[in-house]
Amino acid sequence: MKQEYTISLFTEDHIGILGQITIILTRRQINIDSFTASESAVKGVYLLTIVVKTTPEMIQKVARQMEKLIDVLKVFVHTSEQIIYQEIALFKVTTSGLMSGNIIDHIVRTYNVRILEVSPEYMVLEKTGQRTEINDLLAHLEPLGLLQFAKSGRVAITRQVRELSSYLKEMDEANRFKTEPNMN
Amino acid sequence: MYMKTEKEPEQATAEVNGLEHISGAEALLNCLVEEGVDTIFGYPGGAIMPVYDKLVDYEGRLKHILTRHEQGAAHAAQAYAMVTGKPGICFATSGPGATNLVTGIANAFLDSVPVVFITAQVTSVLIGTDAFQETDIIGVSMPVTKWNCQVKKSKDIPEAVAKAFYIAKTGRPGPVLVDITKDAQLEKLDFKYNKCDYIRSYNPHIPLHTKAIESAAIMINHAERPLILAGHGVLISGAEAELKAFAEKTGIPVALTLLGLSAFPSDHRLFTGMLGMHGNYGPNLLTNEADLIIAIGMRFDDRVTGNLKKYAKKATIIHIEIDEAEINKNVAVDVEINNDAKEALKYLTPLVKANSYEKWIREFRICDKTEYEKVVKPETRPESGEIKMGEVIKAVSDITKGNAIIVTDVGQNQMFAARYYKYSNPNSLVTSGGMGTMGFGLPAGIGAKIGRPDKEVITFLGDGGFQMTIQELGTILQYKVPVKVVVLNNNYLGMVRQWQDMFHDKNYASTELVNPDFVMISKAYGIPSKKVWNREDLFSSVQEMISCEGPYVLEVAVEKEGNVFPMVEPGSSVSEVRLSY
Repeated sequence: MKQEYTISLFTEDHIGILGQITIILTRRQINIDSFTASESAVKGVYLLTIVVKTTPEMIQKVARQMEKLIDVLKVFVHTSEQIIYQEIALFKVTTSGLMSGNIIDHIVRTYNVRILEVSPEYMVLEKTGQRTEINDLLAHLEPLGLLQFAKSGRVAITRQVRELSSYLKEMDEANRFKTEPNMN
Repeated sequence: MYMKTEKEPEQATAEVNGLEHISGAEALLNCLVEEGVDTIFGYPGGAIMPVYDKLVDYEGRLKHILTRHEQGAAHAAQAYAMVTGKPGICFATSGPGATNLVTGIANAFLDSVPVVFITAQVTSVLIGTDAFQETDIIGVSMPVTKWNCQVKKSKDIPEAVAKAFYIAKTGRPGPVLVDITKDAQLEKLDFKYNKCDYIRSYNPHIPLHTKAIESAAIMINHAERPLILAGHGVLISGAEAELKAFAEKTGIPVALTLLGLSAFPSDHRLFTGMLGMHGNYGPNLLTNEADLIIAIGMRFDDRVTGNLKKYAKKATIIHIEIDEAEINKNVAVDVEINNDAKEALKYLTPLVKANSYEKWIREFRICDKTEYEKVVKPETRPESGEIKMGEVIKAVSDITKGNAIIVTDVGQNQMFAARYYKYSNPNSLVTSGGMGTMGFGLPAGIGAKIGRPDKEVITFLGDGGFQMTIQELGTILQYKVPVKVVVLNNNYLGMVRQWQDMFHDKNYASTELVNPDFVMISKAYGIPSKKVWNREDLFSSVQEMISCEGPYVLEVAVEKEGNVFPMVEPGSSVSEVRLSY
């Protein structure tokens, strides 16, 4: 049974890492629903947040293949219940459409929208939330003269107690107690 | 001489702050010397010329073997690594030089062999412009290397090479590729080399999963029909003695994968044979009767498991495997032991009780007897008809007493060599397992012989695979590599023909080969050669080949339509293994 998974992948800053990750997903015919990359709280460590739909067996296989990549530090897989997540969307809508009646007031209050820019021709609105909320707003704005719409990928924070820094510490310690390599 | 005097002043002023001020090309070669490299397989070209220019100064320290094609260099480097336990080294130029390596890289990747590939790249300002002989080899090799990187500054060469060696040979070994631009080869740097022993994001030294091993021991102590399936990981980890000790203490029978052959003595009372599509009857049939499977350093390849839906359904499965991504990949296991085979076995053996499974082992012996009568005897001791491949292998095995290093190509020759050679020493089979690369045999034979000049190295080829890399006879000629080549000639692509025979109503589409005179070709390369047609000449001809001091090509005209059995047909269960059709 396919379901939505959010992969939080921590990686060193190495050119080509994204290519290696997409190769793993492409080989298994898994689509990326959403993708976000940014530097994590640890300097020099990057966090990629990838949303995919697949089976529980397959997500374990691809996660292990990702973690096997030399420059990948740690891979966490979460179902939607295990994370707090948001997306951000920007809407460019005709001013005339928004100013008719009491619509703008209603939208700002109902959807908790911020207005970023106002001009005689258009207004830019920002909405942060989850996909369904953004889609609802999109449906609401479309008939009013939507000029542009852009949405980010998902960013997520995990509910787990252990943080990346403790894993990094463990990796350093494991290396300190290492034995000699097998092949010389 | 003139050249040398001109270079001297440069070398005299070369030391700054105690560091050598040298070119990237020299730095690369110094790195290799520091890593204990003595042999490089490769092929020059435009972009890698600065490296080759300096290579002549390393005579006596670095020996370069010029193959006749980059693919040959890649296979030779892999074979060298497999027989020496040291990483193989392979050089190629940019563009076609690099892309010609790809089959060899992929081959080493699937069979977990440490090979450090050094490719040259066009000058850094030209990258991305579709320059002459520019290929994005980083992108091309990404899915088939354990790690790769491009170096555009000479000062980055030592660190990249150090990382490459560390990654290639630790953990589950594999090929790595370092792509160095031509300007980085020419640019000077202050050379300093530190071997790599730590990469934060890569820790091959996995702490022992003691709890998992302890629960595995309990299962082993309670099993009634346990079976050990051991693979290449045992050889890579150097765990042959530990495997033997574990098997002997527990009395559990042992089966090996193709690449695991030679990890356990083939004359041992607990040895039950090879697994897989053309493996032995007993271990295939009885995998589905086992109540406990202890898989060690193997990856449940489809050629081993047959139909997964009908594989080992009565068994609890313990999987000892260094690569976590291989655990639960094909077969869902009950106990995961994500550790090095040697370390895990060392901890496991004292926890298990001494035992014996005579009744269970008798079942394997009954299978052996059936297989011997129906398959082995007619294949290895035929009394009439054309020469069979199996009897050629047997003759070589008998004459070398199982002590040679055997190299194979791919197809029927490979399966017969795997089945009928009596492997007595670890790491004595070099074959293309995962990739099944035709053309592997001849260059791999060269690499194996150069790696182990003290051993008899015998390469079995079919007439198809021979012609895929036949130009490497030139490498044998140039370096006088005393490798013995046995060409099993049936004028067919034998394995494909066998499948056409069995599954395509004998529709022999494009599998019949009209061949040249291999003896004349070999002789043109200065290699002694002979063709055998008759059974009565076979044994003496093999002896003649072995007693010949240099290289030798022995062509044997074998039965045209011989088939390899037993066989687990594609889509069938291992328990449906057939002895004939």
